[in-house]
Amino acid sequence: MPFRVLPVLVLVAVASAGFAVPQPEAVGRPDVIKIVSSLPRTGSARGQTDTIVAGIRLALHEVDYKLALNGTPYRIEYLDLDDANAAAGQWTAENEISNAVLASRDPDVMVYIGTYNSSAARISMPILNKSHVLMVSPANTAPELTKPGAGGKCEPNCYRPSGEVNYVRVVPTDDLQGSLAAEWAQDLGARKVYILDDTETYGQGVANLFEAHARKIGMDVLGHESIDLKGAEFSALMTKIKTKNPDLIYFGGTTQTKASQVLKDMVKAGMDKCKFMAPDGCHEETMITQTGADILVPGRFYATFGGLTTDRLAVGAGKVFVNKYKELYGKEPSEAYAVYGYECGRVALEAIRRAAKKDRQAILEAGRSIANFDGAAGVKWSFDANGDTTLQMMTGSTVQMVKEDGKDVPHLRWAHDLLPRTTK
Amino acid sequence: MTPLFAALDTQALTQYLINGLSYGMLIALVALGYTMVYGIVELINFAHGDLFMLGAFLGWTIITAVFKVSPDDAVLGPVALLVCFVIVPAFCGLLNFSVDRVIYRPLRKAPRLAPLVSAIGVSFIFQNLGLFWGGPQDVDFPKLVSNKNLLGLDATVRFTYQDLLVVGVTIPLMIALTVFVKLTPLGKAMRATAQNPTAAQLMGINTERVIATTFILGGTLAGFGAMIYGLTINSIHYQMGFLVGLYAFTAAVLGGIGNIPGAVLGGLLIGLVRSLGSAYVGERWTGALIFAMLIVVLVFRPAGLLGARVREKV
Repeated sequence: MPFRVLPVLVLVAVASAGFAVPQPEAVGRPDVIKIVSSLPRTGSARGQTDTIVAGIRLALHEVDYKLALNGTPYRIEYLDLDDANAAAGQWTAENEISNAVLASRDPDVMVYIGTYNSSAARISMPILNKSHVLMVSPANTAPELTKPGAGGKCEPNCYRPSGEVNYVRVVPTDDLQGSLAAEWAQDLGARKVYILDDTETYGQGVANLFEAHARKIGMDVLGHESIDLKGAEFSALMTKIKTKNPDLIYFGGTTQTKASQVLKDMVKAGMDKCKFMAPDGCHEETMITQTGADILVPGRFYATFGGLTTDRLAVGAGKVFVNKYKELYGKEPSEAYAVYGYECGRVALEAIRRAAKKDRQAILEAGRSIANFDGAAGVKWSFDANGDTTLQMMTGSTVQMVKEDGKDVPHLRWAHDLLPRTTK
Repeated sequence: MTPLFAALDTQALTQYLINGLSYGMLIALVALGYTMVYGIVELINFAHGDLFMLGAFLGWTIITAVFKVSPDDAVLGPVALLVCFVIVPAFCGLLNFSVDRVIYRPLRKAPRLAPLVSAIGVSFIFQNLGLFWGGPQDVDFPKLVSNKNLLGLDATVRFTYQDLLVVGVTIPLMIALTVFVKLTPLGKAMRATAQNPTAAQLMGINTERVIATTFILGGTLAGFGAMIYGLTINSIHYQMGFLVGLYAFTAAVLGGIGNIPGAVLGGLLIGLVRSLGSAYVGERWTGALIFAMLIVVLVFRPAGLLGARVREKV
């Protein structure tokens, strides 16, 4: 008998769980302003997004989650949404859509902080644009999200169905990162480079920009090809590259698209003098742990970062932020995007404060016209007409051995400030 | 980008052949598990690739968590390796046996699709176990076997200790398997069961025992494959079983499914096409090339390269 009842009970339980999922409230609460973030909170980007969320919370903590607009007190509520799931290990379109829809349906949501991945932004941008929610990204670097002419014919207008700009970002874009990386590679003594990419929007985009600029500044580009993302290892590819004898291999891709395997196979093929450079998709501790200390000898791995890293901040005017972070959480931010999470939180608050009322359209207009803003990095910046930051400084990092418990442990550390050559 | 008929550089060519054969042997080890099981019970065991993945995770756990080996440890390293090469194949063999006993055996008389779909289910269960075990990202497998060139430090062609490991483990295993199947009574029983299970049973062969042995052998080989994969490719991932399994299954079909030398031949061919394709055509086309080869072979030899043309059983 129990065996006949049990399946029915299970089905009933599952069905009622479905009904119990909270539906977005149709009517908001008058004294609450909600800020949501949509970031990959599960999977290998977790370490990065943990610090972004900590940065956002730090900014909200500074105002004690309260704002007074024209004498009316408001409570700030913060919702930390996940646009990834455990099975995928990274962001998925379904999760991102559901977050964007949830945010636009909830009348209390005024600002949407996200996304982490540029491809995810393509999906949520039009949804939020139609409902006039200000979207602030701490990490998207694909130029075509905002810049006319950088991508396809419809870009970036197809992300703005209402015709107005609702998307701003606090990080510099990849067109700058690709060319600054090429200049840094040349400064490191590389004459002959081989370029690889992972066939994705971000990776291929930054690799193409690297290639174009490398040719412009007179480097010898030996070849550029895409890797097979389904390949388990790349020793044949590396053997081929070895016959061309490059000084540096540039990999346009991320830790999640096999960067560490490409690097391992480069060493395995016997190219132990060759340098390896990658963009900020690989600028994370996961890249270091996946690759292993024996591969990451000094002078081999270089990563650029589209902004200022935590350890770079600590030696400049940005140390105010680092200290505040340490005071609240008891440790330094472990990943570089922390300061951009903080910056996003401050931009959100500033937009609401400037609008001085709980109204999406007013907050949106106030947000995108922020200018001369006191950046957390200690430099003033503004949003331009496309919603991009005018801040142009980037960081070049390399691996350094740090003594931990008597053992040499590799870590990514600031090595070089990257600035466009004309402004140097 | 690469010209298809680039001037042939013999040293580079030798290197491509070494890389290709080395990867091919690994595929062959996994392919044997597919082909043996298919030969006996006509089941495509889709969980085989994921069994291989779990083996690799076990090896990683033994090395990093049980022995806590650091890469330059000259004493603990070899000990951990030896332990792994015993425990991991044993674990994979036992696990494969258990899956057969609990899941496939009750379905032995069921329509062919039932065990096939169950195998896909087991594959999903294993993948999720791997996800819990190692997390969603690539895991660094300790580089316990050196990547030093055996042909001298300055030689252009590289044949490393890792390549030696692949050859030194795979070839004796294949010889042992051949001897087992050809010369021992149990091997003879296996061949008999593969040819005609009913007749074999009538002759007094305990076919269930033969089937169990087949699963254990296939799993053990996958376990060896898993250790070699970890030690030579140095990254493991919870979904890696899918790709390796797909290539291994292709190798088995290419060589003629159910045929043991065929699986080895298929594995080596896949390794070579992958390596040479990457070198002379382009890295991103390697997957397409392998399956194009499969299609061409199946058009001209539907039973695979070494597969016998069997009359449909009535």
